[in-house]
Amino acid sequence: MPTKPAGTLYRGREGMWSWVGHRITGVVIFFFLLVHVLDTSLVRVSPEVYTSVIGAYKNPVMGLGEFGLVAAIVFHAFNGLRIIAIDFWKSGPKYQRQMLWAVLIVWVIVVAAFGVRHLSIVFGGH
Amino acid sequence: MTTEMAEPASRIDLAPGIGGGGEIPSFDITLRVRRYNPEVSAEPAWDEFSLTMYGTDRVLDALHKVKWEQDGTLSFRRSCAHGVCGSDAMRINGRNRLACKTLLKDLDTSKPIIVEPIKGLPVEKDLIVDMEPFFQSYREIMPFLISKGHEPTKERLQSAEERERFDDTTKCILCAACTSSCPVFWTDGQYFGPAAIVNAHRFIFDSRDDAGDMRLEILNDKEGVWRCRTVFNCTDACPRGIQVTKAISEVKQAILNRKI
Repeated sequence: MPTKPAGTLYRGREGMWSWVGHRITGVVIFFFLLVHVLDTSLVRVSPEVYTSVIGAYKNPVMGLGEFGLVAAIVFHAFNGLRIIAIDFWKSGPKYQRQMLWAVLIVWVIVVAAFGVRHLSIVFGGH
Repeated sequence: MTTEMAEPASRIDLAPGIGGGGEIPSFDITLRVRRYNPEVSAEPAWDEFSLTMYGTDRVLDALHKVKWEQDGTLSFRRSCAHGVCGSDAMRINGRNRLACKTLLKDLDTSKPIIVEPIKGLPVEKDLIVDMEPFFQSYREIMPFLISKGHEPTKERLQSAEERERFDDTTKCILCAACTSSCPVFWTDGQYFGPAAIVNAHRFIFDSRDDAGDMRLEILNDKEGVWRCRTVFNCTDACPRGIQVTKAISEVKQAILNRKI
């Protein structure tokens, strides 16, 4: 029974998925920085334009986007520390999996705390 | 005159049922193999084979059964069939393994067992890939002892501690399971790859070898150790249990810390 010969995914373990996550969050952060540099540079055009553009961000869609952005940055930051530890700490490669779980636990705590605060402001009406 | 010698009684008492060559449990499996034959079609295709196998059989035995009894055109490499020669690395259920070290009973036999060639090297036919790019990188790191000065009249002495330093990386069988599990290698075939770095590590940290600096210089290339993104697929894939990512990290450290 010949079926479609699509390429199949390599079933890597924690190390591979943390790398995929690091890449994706890296690209997300890059595009944010691109937009961020552009909107901030608007202040050179005129402060009024800058204020109106920044004001346009104050809606629930952007609020959710900001939440996603912070989630991406927090993962990228803590996983970055893990990668540094893998490269520079002698036992780093041995404990990479445990360090990934630590990263994810810290990530959940930080993102949950931020989410409660941020989303209550975004959807709280003031 | 021949005397019938009575067989001496066994000195080991076996529990009944043990050692009697009891029935080995058998089960049915479906093997889904990614086939490719450029003489027939430029496109690869999946082929399925139904087999009755035994609890002692490995994926390699299933492939043999297909080749010998069902479809002689199925092509794969194997030599020793006992996990030493490194010929039969392939992707089994999405992970790089040696077919001769993967018991069927350890896999989920309720679903088809998916067998594909290793990634990142050009497929020649079915499960056979062109290993030349892999061996090219291996040759470039000079995988042989290079020593300065006069040949010693005795063997080159080494302490147990000095030997222990590179013991892990002596285990490599060059099966390419690590290199072909590396996402960096899939997209950048110029990357030396884990196996070449492991074999460089074996000589860099050998106290008898004098060309460590040369090898570090080779691996300091932009396609050298710095391409490693610590994905750990290589460490998970190695059938010999070599801590590949750790070895690569040690080579990175050696490059950073060496005296210029």
